[in-house]
Amino acid sequence: MSKQIFEGIKIAEFAAIAAGPLIGKHMADHGATVVHVESHERPDGFRQNYPPYKDNKPGINRSGAFTMCNNNKYGVTINLKAKGGVDLAKRLIAWADIVIENFTPGTMKKLGLGYEDMKKVNPDIILLSSCNQGQTGPHAFHPGFGSHLSSLCGFTYMTGYQDRLPCILYGPYVDHIGVGYGVIAAVAALEHRRRTGEGQFVDLAQYEVGVQFMIPALLDYSINKRVPERDGNRHGYAAPHNTYRCQGEDRWCVISVFNDDEWKTLCKVMGREDLVSDPRFKTIPARKQNEQALDSEIEKWTSKLTAEEVFKKLQDKGVKAGFVENMDDMFKDPQLKHRGFWAAVDHPEIGRYHAEGPPFLFSKTPFKIDRPAPMLGEHNETVFQKFVGMPKDEYDRLIEEGVIA
Amino acid sequence: MGEKTKLLKDCRVLDFSNEMGFLCGKILGDLGADVIKVEEPGGDPSRSLGSFYKDIPHPEKNLYWFAYNHNKRGITLDIETETGKEILLKLIKKTDLVIETFEPGFLKKLGLDYDSLAKVKPDIIVTSITPFGQSGPYKDYQGSDLVLTAMSGFMSVLGDTDKPPVRPTLPQSYMWIGMHAAEGALMAYYHRGMTGEGQHVDVSGQTGVTWAASIAPSFYDFNQEVPKRAGSFITGRSITGAIMRAVYPCKDGYVTYIIYGGPAGIRTNKRLTEWMDSKGMAPDYLKNKDWNKFNIATVTQEEIDQIEDANMKFFKTVTKEEFFKHVIDQDMLGYPVNTAKEIIEDEQLQSRGMWQEVEHEELGTKITYPAFFTLFSSIACGFWRRAPLIGEHNEEVYAEIGLSKKELLSLKKANVI
Repeated sequence: MSKQIFEGIKIAEFAAIAAGPLIGKHMADHGATVVHVESHERPDGFRQNYPPYKDNKPGINRSGAFTMCNNNKYGVTINLKAKGGVDLAKRLIAWADIVIENFTPGTMKKLGLGYEDMKKVNPDIILLSSCNQGQTGPHAFHPGFGSHLSSLCGFTYMTGYQDRLPCILYGPYVDHIGVGYGVIAAVAALEHRRRTGEGQFVDLAQYEVGVQFMIPALLDYSINKRVPERDGNRHGYAAPHNTYRCQGEDRWCVISVFNDDEWKTLCKVMGREDLVSDPRFKTIPARKQNEQALDSEIEKWTSKLTAEEVFKKLQDKGVKAGFVENMDDMFKDPQLKHRGFWAAVDHPEIGRYHAEGPPFLFSKTPFKIDRPAPMLGEHNETVFQKFVGMPKDEYDRLIEEGVIA
Repeated sequence: MGEKTKLLKDCRVLDFSNEMGFLCGKILGDLGADVIKVEEPGGDPSRSLGSFYKDIPHPEKNLYWFAYNHNKRGITLDIETETGKEILLKLIKKTDLVIETFEPGFLKKLGLDYDSLAKVKPDIIVTSITPFGQSGPYKDYQGSDLVLTAMSGFMSVLGDTDKPPVRPTLPQSYMWIGMHAAEGALMAYYHRGMTGEGQHVDVSGQTGVTWAASIAPSFYDFNQEVPKRAGSFITGRSITGAIMRAVYPCKDGYVTYIIYGGPAGIRTNKRLTEWMDSKGMAPDYLKNKDWNKFNIATVTQEEIDQIEDANMKFFKTVTKEEFFKHVIDQDMLGYPVNTAKEIIEDEQLQSRGMWQEVEHEELGTKITYPAFFTLFSSIACGFWRRAPLIGEHNEEVYAEIGLSKKELLSLKKANVI
C-alpha cells in the first residue's frame, strides 16, 4: 500500500470560514496532519454565525458549515491576544510545513506573525495567504465575503434573465474557487520546496482566481467590445438547451442538444418523429428562432415523466440530458455512492454526518476521511504536548494563564 | 529575492482534453510545464465553441480556445491509426503527465490506457476527466455544461423562485472540473517526485462541480432540509428562515449589498445608515436602531424587509461607481455587480499587474489576458505563449522524438498529423 500523498506534511491553519480551512481539508483528506487554530473568544465564524446547526439548535460544536470544512483535522485554541499567545503560535509554526491564513491583509503581521516573523522560527516555512483582493494594491485591505466577490467577479451579472434582477450565486462561490487554486498553490509550493529546500510566500487573491473562470467573457469584451449578458439557460448555438418541468413538485430535467443527430434522437425517444421534419425545428438556426415553441413541445413530453426517467431515457440513447439534483437527490445518487463521495464520520455532539470526498480518485493513493471536524479546542493536549513537544507542566501553566484558551 | 523559477519547466504534459479539461493543462502551463495540446488532424471540434475574434467564425480565431489553451504548444495526431499510436508511444517515453477526456474504455480499446502506457513509461501519470468518472452506473453517460450544472446539485440553488432553475450563462462547470483536475494532476506529480511512483487520476465532472453549491449539502445532511433557489436573495443565514436581498437595482445597474451580523456586518449596517442620513434618506427606524444588538441568526423577515425597503430606495439614487468608492472608503461590505467591462477597468487588478498584452502575430494584433492566477514569492506564474494554431508545433515536437521533415510530410499526407 502506498503512503497517502501528504503523509508527514504538517499544516497549521490560522483561518476561518471556507476559503482557508477547505484548503487544509482537501490536504487532510490525502494524509496531511492539519491543525485548525481558533480561540474561545474568537471561534471560527462558521461555528456561530451560519446555519445549519444540528437539529436547528445553535451551539459551538453543532455547525454544519464548520464540520463540512474541517473533517480529519485537529482543533486547538490559542488566545493570540493573551501574553504568550503569539509565542505559542510560533511554536506551532515552527512545527508546521505550511501555514494557511485568510485574515484581512496585515492582521497576522500586526500580531507579530507576518511571513518574516514566521521565517525566523521556521526558515523554510510555506505561508499561503488567501484573501479577498490580494495583499497589495489600493483595495488590499478591503474586507469582503464570497457572495460580494461573486458580484465583483462578474458571476452575478451572468446568472438569471435580462428582464429580471441578476441572481446571486448560492453561498460564497468565489471562496470555493479560491480553495481549488489554494490547493494548487500549496502543492506547487511543496514541489518547489522538494526541489530546492526553500519555503515561500503565496499571495492568493480570491478576486484574481475568480477572474480565471471569466476569461472568455473578458476576451469577448476586450476584443469585440461586447458585454456578455445573462440569458437564462439559453445557449448561443445549441437548441433545445433548457430546464424542463417534470412530474412532481419542483422537479426539473435538463436537455442540451448540439447538433441535428442529437435532435433526431431526442424526437425519436419522445415518440415525436413528426418534429424532425417540422420546418420550425429542422436546423439549429430554425430551432434557435422558434425556441419557445420548441421548448413547449418538449415540455409536453417531460411533464408526463419523472426527471429521473427523462435523464435515463435520453442518456441511454446518447442525448446529453440530466436532472436538477437537489440535496436530497445528491445523497441518494448511485454514482456518487459508487465513488464513496459522502463519507460518514461520527461526531461526539452531532452524531453521524457526512463529509464530502474529493472530485478525483487516485489509483494508488486513495483519500481517507475517517475523523469528524474537531470540537473547539478538542486536541489541545495532543497537539501541544505530542506534536509540538511541550512538557505537561508548561501546558498546564499555559491553560491557567489563558493562553491555551 | 532571486529570480522566480518556472517550477514545472521539466514536466512534459500531453493534453488530449476537450473543453471540459482545457483549464487543467492551462494551469500546469501557467506554472511553467511544457504542455502539448494534441488535436485530431484538422483541429479540435472545440475550436468552434463560444465567441470568435471579431466575430469571424474560424477555428484559429476562437476565444474559448484562446482563453484556456494558452501556455500550450499544439500538435495534431490521429491516435486511432497504428502509425499515430506508435508516434504517441514514442512521445509517452518523454512525457510525465497525460490529460485526457475520452469516454471511459476508449483508450483501453486502443491499448493506450493507463496500464498500457505505464508499461512504456512506468512512472507516467494519467489524469482522466469524464462527466461521471471511469466506473459506476453513470460512467457511460454524456455531459454538457447544463447536465453537469444540474447533476452536481449546483443548479438546484440557482435561479428565481418562480422560474425554473438556471445555470450561469457563462459556462462554469468546465472551469470547476479543469481546476480540480489540475489539483489532482499536481498532487500525483508531487507524489511521484517524493516516491517515484506514477498513477491514474480519475476525475468526475459531476463531483468537480459540487463545491459550487458550497455548504448546501449540510442542510440536508444535518436537518433533512432541501435548500431552494431564491433569485437575488441569500438563504440559510438565519434560523428563523429569514432571507436577505443580495442584489439591488442602482442608478446605472446593480449592486450587491447584504445585511450581515458579526463585527464587519454591523459596521457596514451602521455606515449605510449614516450614508443615507447624509442624503436625508434614512428613516427614523434605521436611525434609532441599536445595530450593536443586531443578530443575523435570529432576525425576523419583518425586520429584514423593513431595512431592505429603505436600502432599496436609497441605492436607486447612487451609481455603481459611487457605491464602490463609498464601500472601499468606509470599509463596508458590498460590491457593484460588475460586467466584463468593469473587471477589466478595475484599478485593483490593474495595480496588481493582472493584465498582459499578448502579441497575436497571426492576427496582427495584441490581446489582453489575465497574466497569472496567484502571486508566489519564488514560483513564476505567468502567460508564456498564446494558444497554438492547428498543428503549429508539429515540426518542433516531432523533431524532438527524431522524426525527419520528410517523415512528417508523409504523415501529413496520410492524415495522421
